[in-house]
Amino acid sequence: MAIFVNENTKVIVQGLTGGQGKFHGLRNRAYGTKVVGGVTPGKGGQDVEGIPVFDSVADAVKATGADASFIAVPPKAASAAILEAAAAGVKFIVCITEGIPAQDEAKTFNTLVRDYPGVRLLGPNCPGIISPGKCNIGITAGEIAELPSAKGPNVGIVSRSGTLTYQALYELKQQGIGVSTCVGIGGDPVPGTSFVDCLAEFQRDPETHAIIMIGEIGGSAEEEAAEFIKANVTKPMSAYIAGVTAPAGKKMGHAGAIVSGGKGTAQGKMDALRAAGVKVGLNPTEAGSLMAEIVKGLK
Amino acid sequence: MDLFEYQGKQYFAKFGIPVSAGGAADTVDEAVKVADASKYPVVVKAQVQVGGRGKAGGIKLANNADEVRLHAGNILGMDIKGHVVKRLWVEHASDIAEEYYASFTLDRAAKKHLLMLSAQGGVDIEEVAAKDPDAIVKLHINPVEGLSEATAKKAATDAKIPAKALDGVAKILVSLYKCFTDGDCDLAEINPLILKPTGEVHALDAKVSLDNNAAYRHPEWDEYRATEELDEREQLARESDLQYIGLSGTVGIIANGAGLAMSTLDVVNQVGGSAANFLDIGGGANADQMAAALGVINFDKNVKSIFINIFGGITRGEEVAKGIVEALSRVDLRAPIVIRLDGTNAEEGREILAKAGIPESKLQSKPTMLEAARAAVAIANGK
Repeated sequence: MAIFVNENTKVIVQGLTGGQGKFHGLRNRAYGTKVVGGVTPGKGGQDVEGIPVFDSVADAVKATGADASFIAVPPKAASAAILEAAAAGVKFIVCITEGIPAQDEAKTFNTLVRDYPGVRLLGPNCPGIISPGKCNIGITAGEIAELPSAKGPNVGIVSRSGTLTYQALYELKQQGIGVSTCVGIGGDPVPGTSFVDCLAEFQRDPETHAIIMIGEIGGSAEEEAAEFIKANVTKPMSAYIAGVTAPAGKKMGHAGAIVSGGKGTAQGKMDALRAAGVKVGLNPTEAGSLMAEIVKGLK
Repeated sequence: MDLFEYQGKQYFAKFGIPVSAGGAADTVDEAVKVADASKYPVVVKAQVQVGGRGKAGGIKLANNADEVRLHAGNILGMDIKGHVVKRLWVEHASDIAEEYYASFTLDRAAKKHLLMLSAQGGVDIEEVAAKDPDAIVKLHINPVEGLSEATAKKAATDAKIPAKALDGVAKILVSLYKCFTDGDCDLAEINPLILKPTGEVHALDAKVSLDNNAAYRHPEWDEYRATEELDEREQLARESDLQYIGLSGTVGIIANGAGLAMSTLDVVNQVGGSAANFLDIGGGANADQMAAALGVINFDKNVKSIFINIFGGITRGEEVAKGIVEALSRVDLRAPIVIRLDGTNAEEGREILAKAGIPESKLQSKPTMLEAARAAVAIANGK
């Protein structure tokens, strides 16, 4: 088991003929992901190292039966690409594009809610998702993810930051702890998939026994997660929040990472999570060590 | 990007939001010229991006050219909470019957637009929220549906805005919403939104924050970028297209990914150091970007050590390594580098660094983030 994706997930790459799409699409395939096609308007009929390219998502889905899409197109084209995938019947869309205007993002998200309620969007501005040994969609270096063990315990990871997601995978690998699924939800103001969505799935997933959550300053997603954890999550958790030393009023690289009007601070988020029974580390390594202790207790 | 009041008003005007007749002025003579054209009495306002201008003496009423001369002379060059006044906004003084508040933002929790409207304007809205929360009407707007004049009017009625101002306020709300959405604002705020004794409603102040991600479709924003208040380091970083925020510590930071960069600042702080900056070299960082990043860090005289923290996803280890080798050949770095390199193609990267023959006094490699932070802080603290 894993959440959102598994060994049967068939993926198309929108933007496969571009630099990032090709690099990561091929890496995803090399990892074992079923990358069945690519989409670039005007390049239908070509192929990228054996992966057929189609003019539209609809063509690609018809020919390959793809149920997931990996979007690696520039910000200008990303919103249309997301909606095209949804209209073509793709149920799981991963968008790594960074730099999409917030107005477009809000509109696209609410269009999906209204017109395509069964579609899940992961991102934008996210590293993607990996279920180790089964499926890797996005930019994660698959070799740093520890395979889940049949006996468990295995850990689910959910994170707002790309590189901190890798850091979390790496910490678990150092400790020899298996990962069920690792989800990067992205650092933008309107993520398609929230912490709460992922926590609910991890709570349901029999292969996940504990959860690491990596948050950062800005917004209230971590506080909402804390509320949800208190009421619904019985699996043990550790967490880390980045940005304790971030100055107020500055966007810290991610469009969504900003402390404004005294709201969205790392301290407030850590307090909320602690109050929900989550063990909070002061750096990624500490969150990893805390998880190692949790896992030891589960064995 | 935050706009100055005068820019915000000019931006509002593009979307048909009524503002007072006036203009920007950089000198006393220009101020008088604008005042003469705007009709007396006028208000002379310091253009700084900080609250409390009025209390600091940065906003003055002038009845004639001599008074404009006096006030403009005093306000230009004035230091308001560390912001030196370089520009004035001079506008016709409005008669005020009532003051309201209106703003649009994105409510990230609801994933919808949020209108905040109050009949109690002209004061700090946070104070109103604390003292009398019911005085603020909050209305979520679905970005797909937008805001109609009828809905705006209902919100104004709910906010207890008097009948005589309802139509005027509703019209402005629709225009302000258009400014917020089509104008790609993170925030579009009018405080105060005034009702004149003559019955007209108009914006007496403008607070606008623009979404930098949308800059590609707003070539007109170039003029705003030109006036942004950046320190020299930030200016240099911008020229190289780097995500950089200047801080006051001694450990220069370069990391890939915003989260890791924030985390690097935190870890440096935890082991007893302080960061000189936030710098995210971003996704597809290559040799040129790394060289440019080191150039910006090297420009900062406070930097005593440089901590490069890379975990490869999109960024590939060998690219990072090539960048460092290249940068060291281009720039004579004043501070030594401590690097932690992991992730995609990290092995190849470490190999390139090892083969480059850089002395350990200039570059050391550490296996973990914590060890690298300790080493960088030890150098910075002179240990």
